[in-house]
Amino acid sequence: MTPVLDWEILPLLVVLSSFVPGVWIMFLQEEQKGLRTTLNMVGAVAKVLLVGLMLQGVGAGAAYEWRLQVLPGLELSLIGDALALLFVTLSAVLWLVTTVYAIGYLEDSPNRTRFFSFFSLCVTATTGLAMAGDLFTFVIFYEALTWATYPLVVHRGTPEAIQAGRLYLIYTLTAGAALVLGAVWFQVEAGTVAFAPGGVLDMAAVEGAPVRYFSLFLVLLAGVSVKAAFFPVHGWLPIAMVAPAPVSALLHAVAVVKAGAFGVTRLLHSLFGIEVAWEMGAAGMVAGLAAFTIIYGSIRALAQDDLKRLLAFSTVSQLSYIALGVAFLTPMAQAGGLVHLVHQGIMKITLFFCAGVLAQTLEVKKVSQMAGVARRLPLTMLAFSVAALGMIGIPPVAGFLSKWYLGVGALDAGAPWVIPVLLASSLLNAAYFLPVIRTAYFDEPDPDRWTDRGHSRRFEADWRLVVPTVITALLALLSGLFGGIPWSPLGWAELIVDRRIL
Amino acid sequence: MILDPVHWTTLAVMGPLLAGLLAMEGRPRAIRLGLVLGMGASVSATAGLWTTVVREGPLRHPLGGWGMPLGIELYADGLSVLMLAMTALVGSAVSLYATAYFGDISQRRVRDSPAGRGARFFAPLWLLLWGSLNGIYLSGDIFNLYVLLEIMGLSAAAMVTLAVTSKATVAGMRYLVISLVGSMFFLLGVALLYTVGGTLSLERLAQLELSGPLPAVALALMTVGMAAKTALFPIHGWLPPAHAAAPAPASAILSALVVKGSFYIMLRLWVHVFGGGAREGLLVLGILGATAVIWGSIMALRQLSLKRLIAYSTVAQLGYLFVMFPLLFPAGGGWSPDAWSGGLYHALSHAVAKAAMFLAAGSMTYAVARDDIRAISGIAHRLPMTFLAFGLGGLSLAGIPPSGGFVAKWLLLRSAVEQGGWGWAVLITVGGLLTLAYVLMVLRYAVDQTEEPPEFRDVPRRMEWAAMGLAIAALLLGIRATETLSLLEAGGIVPWR
Repeated sequence: MTPVLDWEILPLLVVLSSFVPGVWIMFLQEEQKGLRTTLNMVGAVAKVLLVGLMLQGVGAGAAYEWRLQVLPGLELSLIGDALALLFVTLSAVLWLVTTVYAIGYLEDSPNRTRFFSFFSLCVTATTGLAMAGDLFTFVIFYEALTWATYPLVVHRGTPEAIQAGRLYLIYTLTAGAALVLGAVWFQVEAGTVAFAPGGVLDMAAVEGAPVRYFSLFLVLLAGVSVKAAFFPVHGWLPIAMVAPAPVSALLHAVAVVKAGAFGVTRLLHSLFGIEVAWEMGAAGMVAGLAAFTIIYGSIRALAQDDLKRLLAFSTVSQLSYIALGVAFLTPMAQAGGLVHLVHQGIMKITLFFCAGVLAQTLEVKKVSQMAGVARRLPLTMLAFSVAALGMIGIPPVAGFLSKWYLGVGALDAGAPWVIPVLLASSLLNAAYFLPVIRTAYFDEPDPDRWTDRGHSRRFEADWRLVVPTVITALLALLSGLFGGIPWSPLGWAELIVDRRIL
Repeated sequence: MILDPVHWTTLAVMGPLLAGLLAMEGRPRAIRLGLVLGMGASVSATAGLWTTVVREGPLRHPLGGWGMPLGIELYADGLSVLMLAMTALVGSAVSLYATAYFGDISQRRVRDSPAGRGARFFAPLWLLLWGSLNGIYLSGDIFNLYVLLEIMGLSAAAMVTLAVTSKATVAGMRYLVISLVGSMFFLLGVALLYTVGGTLSLERLAQLELSGPLPAVALALMTVGMAAKTALFPIHGWLPPAHAAAPAPASAILSALVVKGSFYIMLRLWVHVFGGGAREGLLVLGILGATAVIWGSIMALRQLSLKRLIAYSTVAQLGYLFVMFPLLFPAGGGWSPDAWSGGLYHALSHAVAKAAMFLAAGSMTYAVARDDIRAISGIAHRLPMTFLAFGLGGLSLAGIPPSGGFVAKWLLLRSAVEQGGWGWAVLITVGGLLTLAYVLMVLRYAVDQTEEPPEFRDVPRRMEWAAMGLAIAALLLGIRATETLSLLEAGGIVPWR
C-alpha cells in the first residue's frame, strides 16, 4: 500500500479547512443562511476527506510534517503521525456530525453567525493541538482553544451564562499561564520543546535533580489538568453546561476536555517519557489522581437531577480513564487509555445529543421529567441507552473494550488496585445511568411536564437532530463490535502502541 | 553619490520635518500631502536602512562630510532600525486614522470647531514629532539627542492640548514641565560626560569605558531624566491624565511611540555606553519596573474612563521594559540574548498593540461621544471590527498566542528561568494575568446587550480599518519573528565595546 497523497502541507490544510470557513463566516450577515451553511458543510466534509487521506498515508507508513519557523529555535510544527490522527479523526468526524446537529438545533435563534464562526475556530484549535509537533505549537493552539470556546459558553448571554464563562476563563487562563511558564522552563531544562516518542528527557539528568524535575512536571500538569478536568480543578465543567447542547456535545465531550487528556498523554509520553515519569513518581501520581477523579466524578453524578450536569460529572469521571491508562507502562493499559479517548468521545457525544433532543423537542432538562419519554422519542432513547450501557462497560458497546484493556493492562503492570476502581466505577455508572433508562422506558408518560414542539414528518423530532444522534450511537456500537480489525479505534490505538509512536 | 544608502538616514529625519513644514500651511490638501510625504519618507527610509544594516552591519553618516569629533554623525544599527520600523508602522496607521478622526476639515464649519483646530495642528506637530523620534534613533552623539529630546517633548506636550478642554490643558502643562525637567537632568549628564570624556559621541564614550564617581553621577542624572519621560514608577503620575486627555490619534502616538524614545536613550546608555553599569543600578530599575507592572495593572482595573484604563496599562507595560535591564546582565556575568530580543520585541509588540487599542477606543468614544466604560455597553454589536481590534490588541498585550506579545513573553520568561530568576518569571506570568483582567473588563462591557447606548454616531470605515490593521500586525508578529530578531543581531549586539 502506498500513500495516495504525501504532501507535507496536508496537516496545515486540515487545520485551514475549518479556519478559513470560521473567519469567513465571521464577516457574514446574520441572514446569509445559505452561504453560512454551505461554508460549514464544505469545511467539515473537506476536513474529513483530508483526514481520510492522511489516515491512509500513515497506515501505509508515510509521515506528514509541516513547519514554519517563528523565531530561531522555535517553530510552528504540525505533524500527522498515528497518535495525532487518532484525535484528529475523532474531531473531524464528530465535527461533521455536530455541524448538522447544530444547524438543526439553532434554527432561528439569534447570533448564529458568531456561533458558527467560533464553532469552526474551536475545531481549528483542536486539530491544531492534536497535530502539534512540539510543546510551543501545542501551547499556541491550547490557548487559542480557550478563546474560541468562550463565546460559545456565553452564547445565550444570560447572567448565568456570563457567570459560567467568567469561571471558565479564570480556570483556563490561569492554567494557560502555568502551561506557558512550564513550557519555557521545559525548554530551558531539556534544550528542546519537540515531542518525541519515549520522551526527550535524560534519565540521568532527572535523577540528578529530582525535586526540580518534579516541580517542572507539576507546573506543566497544572497547565493541562484543568482542561482534563482532574479533581480538584474540574469545577468549571459542570457549570459550563449552560452552553447550547451542540457546544456541550462537541466541546465538552470532545474538543476541550480531550485537549486536556491529550495534553496529559503528551506530557507523560512525548516530553518526559513514561519510563522517566514512572521513575520520578510523576506517572504514579497521575494514575492515583485519575483513579480518585474516576470515583469522585461518578459519586457526584449520582446526586444530579439536571441531565446535562449528570453527563458533565460523568465526563469528569470518564475522562480520567484516559489519563489512568496512559500513565501505565504496559502496552495494553496504554492502548486502553488511548482508545478511550475515542470511545468516550463517541459515547458521550451521543448522550449529549440525546439531552439536546430532549431539551429542544420536549423542553425536558431534568431526569425527573423523563418518565416515559421513550414512547415519544424511541430512536433517541435507544441511542441514549446504547451509549449509557457503553459507559457502564457492557459489551458489545465500545466502553467495554476500553475497560477490559485498562484492567488487563493494569494487572500486567502490577497494579491490581485498578481493578476495584474500575469495578466501583462501573457500578456507580450503572447506578446513575440505569435509573434514567428505567424511568424513560418503564414509567408512565407524564406529558404535562413536557412542552411538545411537535414531530417532523418522518422522524420523532427534527431529522437534523435525530440522524446525528443515531449515527454516533451506531459508531459506538460498531467500534465495540469490530474492535478487532485494524482500522477500528482499538486497532489504531494498538498500532500506536506497537509502533512505539507514543 | 545620492544613491548611497547613508542618505536614508537623512531622509528619515528630514523627510517628516519638511513634510511638517508643508502641513503647517493649514489647508486640507497641504495637510494630507504632508502626511503622505512624511509617511512615504519614513517608510522608504526604514526599508532602505533595514536592508542595508542586515547586509552590511551598522551604518555611519557624517552629515556634510564633517565626521566626529567636530561634526554631527548619524548612526544606524539593528536597534535603531527596529525602532524606526516600529515608528513607521504605527505612525502610518495613526496618520491614516487621523485623516478621518478630525472630520472633513475642508468645510469651514468643521474647521472652526474645536476639533477642526485640532486637525489643523495635529499633522504638523505629529510630523515634527515623527522627525525628532527618527532623529533620536539615528543620533550618534548625546548633545544631538538632547536637542531632539526637547523637540520631541515640546511637540508631544502640544499634542495633548489639541483636545481643547481644561483637563487637557492642565495635563499637557504638567507633561511639559515633567518633560523639561527630564531634559534638564539629561543635559546635566551630558555636560558631566563631556567634562570627563571630552567627547559627545556615544561610540567614543563607550570606547573610553568610563568608570568612577563622575560618570556614575552622569548616568544617574540621565537615567532619572529619561525615567521621568518614560513614566517609570514612581514618576508615572503625569502619564494617565495626559494620554487620556489627548485626542485618540495623539494618545496612540504618545503611548506607543513617544515613551519609547526616552526608553531607547536609556537602553543605549546603560547597555552600549556603560556596558551594563552597576548591578545595583540594574536591580533598582528592574524592581521599579516590576512595581510598575503590578501597580499600573491594579490602577487600570479601577478606572471607569476607557482611555485612562489604557493609559494605566501603558504604565504597567512599560514596567516590563525595565524588568529587562537586570535580566540583560545575569548575576554571574555575561549577557542574556533572550532578554535583549524579548525586551525589544515587547517594545515593538506593545507599540503595535497599544496603538490598536487606543485607536479602537477612540472609535468607540467617537461613536458614543463619551469616554466611559459603562457608555460603551453593547458596542461590540455596533462596531464589531473595532471591538475585534481592541480585543486582539489586548490579548497580544497579555501575551496570549499567537501574538507578538506572546513571543516577547516567551523570550523574557526564558531569560528569567535560565538565570534562575524565579521572581521575575512569576512577575511576568502574573503580569499577564492582570493584563487579561483589565482587558476582559472592557470586553465584558462591550458585549453587554442589556442596554442600548442612547446616542450613536457612525464611525468612518478608515478609522475602523486603521485599528484593525494594527491588530492584525500584532497577531502576525507572533507568527513570524525571525527577520525582526535577526535584524537586532545584525552587526553584533554591543557594537562599540
